[in-house]
Amino acid sequence: MPDRISRREALSRVGAAAGTLAAAAAVGLWRWDRHAHAQVRDSSTRQVRDFRVSSAPDQPDFVVATGTSDAAALTDKALAAMGGMARFISRGDVVAIKPNIGWDRTPSQAANTHPDVVAALVKAALDAGAKRVVVTDNSCNEPQRSFQRSGILEKAAAVGAQVVLPADNHLRTTRLHGELLDEWPILVPILEADKVINVPIVKHHGLARLTCAMKNWYGLLGGRRNRLHQDIDTSIADLATFMRPTLTVVDATRVLYRNGPQGGNLADTRQLDTVVASLDQVAADAYSCTLINQKPDDIGYLKIAQRRGLGTMDWASLKVRQV
Amino acid sequence: MPSEQLPSTHKEKGRDKPPGRKPPGSGLPPRRSIRILRWARRVTQTATLGLFLFFLTQTTFRGSFSASADVPVRLAFPVELFFLINPYAALVTLLTSHTVYRGLLWALATVAVTLIFGRAFCGWVCPFGTLHHFFGWVLPSRKNKGAARVAANRTHPVRQRVKYYLLYAFLGAAAVGSAFGGTFDPIALAVRGLGLSVLPGLQYTVGAALRLLADSNVRVLQGVADVAQFVLSRTLWQASQFHYHDGWILGVAFVALVVLNRFIPRFWCRVLCPLGALLGVTARHALVGMEKDHARCTNCNLCLVHCQGADSPQGGVTWRQDECHVCLNCENACPEGVIRFRFLPSRESTTTRPDTQRRTTLASVAAGAAMVPLARSADSLDVNYEPRLIRPPGAVEEREFLARCIRCGECMKVCPNNALHPALLEAGIEGIWTPILIPRIGYCEHSCVLCGQVCPTGAIRRLTEKEKTGVDQPPVRMGTAFYDYGRCLPWAMQTPCIVCEEFCPTSPKAIWTEQVEVPLRESKPAPDGGAPAMKTVKLQRPHVDPSLCIGCGACEKVCPVQDRPAIYVTSVGESRSRTNVILLDRKPS
Repeated sequence: MPDRISRREALSRVGAAAGTLAAAAAVGLWRWDRHAHAQVRDSSTRQVRDFRVSSAPDQPDFVVATGTSDAAALTDKALAAMGGMARFISRGDVVAIKPNIGWDRTPSQAANTHPDVVAALVKAALDAGAKRVVVTDNSCNEPQRSFQRSGILEKAAAVGAQVVLPADNHLRTTRLHGELLDEWPILVPILEADKVINVPIVKHHGLARLTCAMKNWYGLLGGRRNRLHQDIDTSIADLATFMRPTLTVVDATRVLYRNGPQGGNLADTRQLDTVVASLDQVAADAYSCTLINQKPDDIGYLKIAQRRGLGTMDWASLKVRQV
Repeated sequence: MPSEQLPSTHKEKGRDKPPGRKPPGSGLPPRRSIRILRWARRVTQTATLGLFLFFLTQTTFRGSFSASADVPVRLAFPVELFFLINPYAALVTLLTSHTVYRGLLWALATVAVTLIFGRAFCGWVCPFGTLHHFFGWVLPSRKNKGAARVAANRTHPVRQRVKYYLLYAFLGAAAVGSAFGGTFDPIALAVRGLGLSVLPGLQYTVGAALRLLADSNVRVLQGVADVAQFVLSRTLWQASQFHYHDGWILGVAFVALVVLNRFIPRFWCRVLCPLGALLGVTARHALVGMEKDHARCTNCNLCLVHCQGADSPQGGVTWRQDECHVCLNCENACPEGVIRFRFLPSRESTTTRPDTQRRTTLASVAAGAAMVPLARSADSLDVNYEPRLIRPPGAVEEREFLARCIRCGECMKVCPNNALHPALLEAGIEGIWTPILIPRIGYCEHSCVLCGQVCPTGAIRRLTEKEKTGVDQPPVRMGTAFYDYGRCLPWAMQTPCIVCEEFCPTSPKAIWTEQVEVPLRESKPAPDGGAPAMKTVKLQRPHVDPSLCIGCGACEKVCPVQDRPAIYVTSVGESRSRTNVILLDRKPS
């Protein structure tokens, strides 16, 4: 018959067992999802990121600049006619500029925004007192190549922009609460800016017919955005509902009027030497589609956007200046 | 042999006098020149390993903030350098292609070094060798120190002969047209293991850790994570996580070879390395070598403690020049002045050649050569074309490709879209670790030619952008795209899509669409609960024009049918082949 264990031994064994149980219970209780709250997702109203500034009664809302083949000069001209960058940018603002840097193409191929237009905007924003100007996009082709061969990496960086090459860590899942787009990974540098300038190029698009200002917001998205084509019009309208930019500057110095949005052949492009500045992204698109022989009424997302009150397809009804 | 009884005596001695405290034996200090050279070796090893790792991390494209849009995209460094100075790669491809491709002529520099100093490349330059040197030093257990370590560093003739027979087998295969031997090239093993497995694994780990910081609500930590991600993506890896098909096998092989150092130091270098074997054969004519004064040897075995090549530096036996890495540890350790490296030494106590047997040598060559018809008379090459065998753009015809590709992994590492992957069996057993394009993981970027830039042996031609995209000439085609109409949204589900058309990079696009009006059933039942109503929808249905398709795989990559895509590329129609064709008018370019 073995000896009975000592009191000390008994206490220590019981203590060890109790301690282990207490630790397990503590962890369990601490992380207890008693009412399955972790499964439930909240849902609320449509989200809007509004970067607009209040309109000025004595300034135009819509400017078409032509008359030179110098893309930077055209951009400056359009900005000046709008009342200058100081109308939009306050001292110390962080400004995000969103060109189209979708494709691994050079500037003459007219698949990406012209680098001189982007650089002119960066300069103007910095001159107007912006603390920092971020230039970014989430390319379709390999981003490093697209940024470099678009010329935007070099030219925007040279005038002092912070060019952000898209990376996994720049995307944050964000709720859009759109009709179609609920929750998507979105480029953080744009969402976190004080002011956002959308700088699209005018191009033909096989499915949407036109890619310009509103379609350019596709470049905010990460994730499997290829699914969005199943209802491209609603998805574009959802993005334009979410993103209300401070200013839209349309690069139509040269446009891609067929074989878009990627092009690749100089024969698909046309030199137009035009830059459009607009407070209204719908009007900007409605005007731009005429530049590549499309009718605004044929473009589904413009109609949805107008119906949602995002802007007007009747650009001529705005305060227009031609310079 | 007198040295056979020694471990025990050494053990006793070692117990009361730990080595390093007081010089054992006569305690003669090593020559000053040897001490300096030993440090020079360590510096060189560190520098070459560092250079190798630097070039490995530079084998990728990161956008330049200063390059203008019209400058062709090229790499800033000759990242394939260690393959260019590799005589094994040069000899294998010389035997297969009867030429020395471009920069491979630099291999002569290594041959020259070997003919002067012996296998100094192994001991001083080879980055894989340096890794084994390092791990052979840190990994051995407590048990594997002292006498056990001395025993592990004695020449093991049977084991060490293996590498020569392997070399002869690979050269035999090369003689009949296969660069299969590249699978055992040490530099290739290092690039594949580190570049395609260890580095992506590290990126995964670090990325997960930094995401934890980014998800914290502490602003400073988020900033740290952002800066770290940016710096790492511009130095060690790239902005997105890369995934390599079956890459884990390469990582396991690499780690296993490194871990073997725990049991036998430099196992790879002594037993398996065909490059080491080639240099070992070459070293028979080396001008520098070792002389031994056997009479002064006290069998203390200190020379064996850090011997790298297991080449019998100790007294009483002949030195194996073909095994020696010229690390100089033995002369540095010898307290009696027995060992002396010098220019044009007496070869009295030197064995210059491998102790291989002629019959086994011939059998090895024959076995290697026989492997080629064995593999090629199987079905993969001529009759049963593998649809997944999509080669990189500019790859030469398959037989020529198998003759040139040394499986170095450079093209897979450099591909900015993570499109190129090591084949396991897609190219037949002979094509293991050769590059294949897997469009579902990454497509071939239209005007990118980097894989041909880094290919050291010409298995992938150095294309210009114009040759690849077909300016004033036919473009390079890697295959042809096909629709799976049963899965394609506009075809099978009457749903708009054509993302494939958007991404098609040719002009005019190889994917064209047809406008159709088709009936579609509503998803909801009729108000009375009856059969759902029918409606008519307008759709664009895509088609491939095989005469324009270049097989880049962009359509397959972006197809929203996520698991098995509704459009996929197979190798048929590749411009490098005259036989793997569909259309009558498609001429190979």
